[in-house]
Order: sequence, then structure tokens, then C-alpha cells
Amino acid sequence: MMRLSVRRSCALALVAALAVLLRGTSASAQDSSLTVRIGLTYAPGTKPGVLVLPVSGANGDSIRAILQRDLDYSDRANVIAGESLVMDTASDAGRGRFNYPLYARLGAAALVQATMTATGLHVAVHDVRTQKVERVKDFPLSAVGLSPEWRQQVHAIADAIEFWVTGVRGIAATRILYQSAGRIWQVDSDGANPAVVTAPGGLAQLYPAWHPKATHFAYVVMTEEGTRVRIAEMNGNGLASPRTLPARNGSVNTSPIFSPDGQTILYAHGMENGTDLYAAPVSGTEAPRRVTVSRSMDAVSPSYSPDGRRIVFVTNRPGGLGLYIADADGTNAEALTPFNFGDKSQRTDPSWSPDGRLVAFQAEMGGAAQIYSVSPRDRGSPKQYTSEGRNEDPSWSPDSRHLVFTSNRSGSWQLWVLDTETGRVRQLTRAASGAKAGAWSPRFMIH
Amino acid sequence: MKRIHRGIVLALIAVVGISGCRRTPETIVPADTTPPPAPTETCDAACRQRLADSAAAAEAERARLAAEADARNRASAVARATATLTSMIFFDYDAAEIRGDAKAALDAKLPILRANSGIQIRISGHADERGSDQYNDALGQRRAAAAKRYLTDNGIDAARIAIVSYGEQRPMTTGADESAWSRNRRAEFEITAGTVTVPQ
Repeated sequence: MMRLSVRRSCALALVAALAVLLRGTSASAQDSSLTVRIGLTYAPGTKPGVLVLPVSGANGDSIRAILQRDLDYSDRANVIAGESLVMDTASDAGRGRFNYPLYARLGAAALVQATMTATGLHVAVHDVRTQKVERVKDFPLSAVGLSPEWRQQVHAIADAIEFWVTGVRGIAATRILYQSAGRIWQVDSDGANPAVVTAPGGLAQLYPAWHPKATHFAYVVMTEEGTRVRIAEMNGNGLASPRTLPARNGSVNTSPIFSPDGQTILYAHGMENGTDLYAAPVSGTEAPRRVTVSRSMDAVSPSYSPDGRRIVFVTNRPGGLGLYIADADGTNAEALTPFNFGDKSQRTDPSWSPDGRLVAFQAEMGGAAQIYSVSPRDRGSPKQYTSEGRNEDPSWSPDSRHLVFTSNRSGSWQLWVLDTETGRVRQLTRAASGAKAGAWSPRFMIH
Repeated sequence: MKRIHRGIVLALIAVVGISGCRRTPETIVPADTTPPPAPTETCDAACRQRLADSAAAAEAERARLAAEADARNRASAVARATATLTSMIFFDYDAAEIRGDAKAALDAKLPILRANSGIQIRISGHADERGSDQYNDALGQRRAAAAKRYLTDNGIDAARIAIVSYGEQRPMTTGADESAWSRNRRAEFEITAGTVTVPQ
């Protein structure tokens, strides 16, 4: 997170006071070293209104649309739209005149003024209440206009704007890996640019998982000789040969994840006596180390705590299917969700939030599956997020607020995004062959 | 009988005996009902030869038809044995135990495997769509392993049996109700080497 410093000067305060007194006052861009944070305190449940002015220059319309959509999808800002307003504000702004009282009446707390430059995008964010430009920055936009890389660069700008306005960095500059049509794909967080990232092979490719530096990903390939874990490099064209972890023919190897330090890959392995979790080094040749001892039962689907010290996983040890928490080496295992005799809830697919506060999971309920979360600390009653159709396999976004999950509510299996605070959902994929097993990347770019 | 009349009868019998059988393969070759020459008449060498030829031809035809019927019956038996060997077994929800109907199906496979020692099989384990995909990979593996263990406990060499899990990835039936789910909770048996030659 960027550190904010405050530099006060009497002259500046005087200018600001004068500006407040005059309607339609012109404002000049502040020196970019003035890092007074916009005077907005983000209170959970409130959403500051943000007005994004039209952006002139090449691809300006696309930039504006991306910024607006990213702010909307963050669920932390209320994007003020309305085209007649836009025309007024645009022509005023072009003359350096900003109608702050009007913006305030429309519910805007912040005004985003972006201009194309030779090297990128010049962005000024005005605080409507103080009627001043509070943040200014020149962002590079080096990629070819409208390319996937260019869109990620614009998303990173939206994330920075969101940080200035709300105090929380956005999650637009991210991607989601998923399985579709037997291969692994990636899609931008706003649903743009779905692209396959693995070569064809095997009967099916499943369960992608990101390396914490987003340089690699792991997945499972299903073959007639058993399932195998693979590690592939995320290299842009993505179809390079993956490394397959060695395993005996006929063994099941599934649900791989990387440790938060990127050194270890943890997965479930079994042959003829149930499955257990095994840890293998990501680089190096040491043999995998057994982590759980399930004695002919199963342990699958691990997820690390963000500090890498603990894991949550699925087990059917006591005769029911539920979640256990243990130290990362498998010791001190205990139930996270209660195991009651005859309990048919079948809790699976845990995902530990990046801020450590919640474990999201899937539970069978009345013939369908729904998404829940529970606090690993106080272990109170789980909170239910979904109720329509079958909903599975949640994966947290880097802001620990959104989940990507799989749902059949639209009639086919697709990925959806949920805001855990408001319950708002949006459909992320519209893949012809369906999409499952979404995994949310870390942030690619931070300004 | 007059000599000419007798020759015609004999020829007719030979013709009927041979051609009649070809038209209707299931028809039993009519027994030679020609009365032997009356003791008061003599059957000369040519006559005796014609009798013998016709009887031999009829016998050869009978043997050929019997062999064909044998082969057909055997092929049916082999096909039935192959079907028995590759028939599926089914499981209860979230369980890998071999239940009664599965036990009977597995018992029927044992003699076929014993009689055809060149056969190798692959058992694949499957799950219905409930629970997570990843847990179902593990459950499918346990189901395949349980079926294998039943066979090896009954004397089949473990080296002849490979196992694999397909989890919930290859449902036999789509549908979100118990009739679909119960059909997807299964183990399948595939012959990967050899063929059934000795039916049981």
C-alpha cells in the first residue's frame, strides 16, 4: 500500500477557501507531489459516488467504459452516469470549469478527469466536497491499444483510482483461471478476453491453481492411467509444455495448490487405500512428503492460510464429509465445521480468504449446493451467500470481498462473481462448453 | 421294384437328402428311409457305392451343421461371458462398499477371469455430481479399488487389474435426481488385453 503524507501550507489553504466560495471555479492540476488523500472515509456499506468524465484521445471511449465498469464491479463506488450531464461536464471541464455543486447534488463525491498523453493516461481525481484536485498521476499505457495487455494496464489505473477514492485497492487488474472444453482457460476479471492457456491433452484438464507470483499455474490432467498434477508457466502464449509431477499408474492426484511462499505444491494423492495430502517442492527433486494420515479415508482440496502456516481441507474421516484445519505439516488437525451424526451437509471446496478472516466453502443443502463462509477463528454459524441452483467451488479475489464460483443457475455451468457484502452477483463467463473451477489470480499490476 | 424305379428312388433320396438340408439348415437330415433291397433282389457294386456315397454325404452335412451350431453357441457364450465381465456395478451415496447386487455381479466375473488367464482389465470408478469434483475424484478411486480388492481377495492376480478414477467427469446419465445419480455411482470394467475365448 502506498504511504500517504500530508503537506500543508497556508497559501494552499487560502486558495482552497477562495475556491470553495466561488461557483464554477476553475481549478488547475495540483503538483503531483501533493499527496493529500481525498477526504473521504470509506464506511462499510456506503458507496461514494464517482463521476468519470469523457476521455478524449485515441481509445478514450474504451478507457472511460473500462474505468466505469471496474469501479462498478468493485462494489465500493457508485458510478454516476447520465449522458446529458456528461455533455455539460465535458464542455465545462474542457474550459477548466468544474461545477462541483452540481456534481455534489448528483451524488458524486469524486470526479475522475483523464486525458490521453503521448505515453499514457494523465489522471486527476477531484474531491467534489473540497472542490479541489486531490490526486494526480501520469500512468503509462505502453501496450497496443485495446489489446489484452492494454486492458490490464487500464484496469490497474482503475484499481489505483479506487484506492484514492475508497482507501481500498481494486481487483480489476486480475484474471481468473478456469476449466472449459477439457482445457484450462483464463479470463479478465471483467469477463473480457477468454483465452485457452494449455495445449490439448488427456481426457480432461481440471482444477487450475495460481502460483502466488502469477508466473505459473498448476492443474490436473485426467488420463486412463490416472490423474496427474501439472505445473505450467504462464507465459502469454501459454501453450508451453507443462511439467508433470511423477506418480504411479492408476493413482489419483488431484486438487493441487501452491503455498503462499510459492515453494511448495500441496495436493491429494491416493492409490488403493484412500487419499492423503502430499507436499512436493515446486523446484527441486525431493520426493513428496505425506502431510495427512487418513487411514483409508480421504483428505482432498486443501487451502492455505495467507501466512502459509495452516491449511484447511476436506476429509471424511469421522464418517461425514467436512472441513478440518491443521498446521501446514498436518499436525494439530481439528474439525472446523461440526461433524454431527447423520449430518448430510457435505462441506467441500474450502477457500481461505487472503486477509485470513474467512473460509468460504460449498455445502450440500436439500439436493442443491450453496456457497457459505465461516470464520476460522470464532467458528460461528456459517453465513450463506447463494440460494438459486447449484453453486460450487468458491475462490476469493485479492480484496477478500468477492468470490468467483461455479453455478448452473443460467442453465449451463458458468463462472459467476459474488460480492459477499451485498450479495450482488454477475455472470463472468458465457462459454459455449461451460466453465467450472474458477481460480482468482493475485493482482498483476500495482501502481 | 423294377430296376429303373429303384434307381430313381435312390437318386431322389440323395437329392432330397443333400439339397433339402441346404435350404433349411435347422431341418434334421431325413433318415434314409429307403428300405433295403428286398432279399430276393441283389444290390450290385455300383448300387452299393451309390448308397454309401449318399450316406457319407448326409453324414458330412450333419457334422458340418452340428459344428456350425456349436460355433454359434460358443460365440454366444463368449459374448455373454464378455458382457458379464464388462458389466457395471453400482454404489450407495458417498460409499465405496460392495453391496449385495454388486457382489453377485463381481462373483460372476471370477470364473471368466480364471478361465481366461490372458485377460487384463481396467476398473474405472465414478461418482454422481453431488459433493465437490475433487472429492469425487477420491471417491471414484475408492470405488475402483474396492472392486479390485474383491476380485483379488477371491484369487485374481492383482497385476491383471488396473484402476482409475474419473470422478464425476464422465456421467452415464445427466439429470439432477436420484435415478440419474444412482446410475452414475458406478464402477466400469474394460478389457485392456486379451479376449474371452473360454466361456464359463
